[in-house]
Amino acid sequence: MQTYRADGWAALGDPTRRAIFERLADRPRAVGELAGELPVSRPAVSQHLKVLKDAGLVVDRRDGNRRIYQLDPGGVGGLRAQLDRFWSQALAAYKSAVEQSTEEVS
Amino acid sequence: MSTQAQEASVRTQVVVETPIERAFRVFTEDFGSFKPPEHNLLAVEIAETVFEPRVGGHLYDRGVDGSECRWARVLAYEPPDRVVISWDISPQWQIETDLEKTSEVEVRFVSEAPGRTRVELEHRNLDRHGPGWEPERDAVGGDGGWPLYLRRFAELLK
Repeated sequence: MQTYRADGWAALGDPTRRAIFERLADRPRAVGELAGELPVSRPAVSQHLKVLKDAGLVVDRRDGNRRIYQLDPGGVGGLRAQLDRFWSQALAAYKSAVEQSTEEVS
Repeated sequence: MSTQAQEASVRTQVVVETPIERAFRVFTEDFGSFKPPEHNLLAVEIAETVFEPRVGGHLYDRGVDGSECRWARVLAYEPPDRVVISWDISPQWQIETDLEKTSEVEVRFVSEAPGRTRVELEHRNLDRHGPGWEPERDAVGGDGGWPLYLRRFAELLK
């Protein structure tokens, strides 16, 4: 079993994080704005944003004394990194599946 | 090959110790057994993943409650050499209904020796998924785009 860094597939599996992500796809927002729009407390929003940030899906910047979050400017590149990892994992698992079942047959 | 095309695609390959016919069959028939489990757009656990073995067929996940998620279409099906599927999932991890905004995955099977097969995979036209991301990219400008990504990608490979 390989170790698994936080990534977009896992990060977006949570409905609240998906809601946050979709709002940020619309336009950049501060933590307070997100907390005001969603039925979630401000500390909880911050926690979710941290997960999204660790997964490389959002970035933040300082604006006065607020922190503004937006989707990762890597754009397609971010998607590419996710898919690159997805297919690497899939092919590694495929190799072990196909070779194991070959052994069982012989 | 243009730089653009390179950047908008993912390529990876694996060599498996099995004949080409079997390599193709396992890849298509047993896709659900090796697909990373995080890949699930359903609200419930996946009961099975179905790969319909024909052009015009779908790849879909069926949940334990009977719900279905059709996330790919079979665009080419040429056993044992090649299969091409669409990728109908948006960067927001939802099913993309606008087919112009979908990418495609080509998988080629090449016999290297009896009992050994190279499987080459290319996921291309990722830029077609772009519109959802472009406003952000434009706002940040050149330096925040590809260069930032390439640095992150290099980190991943360490």
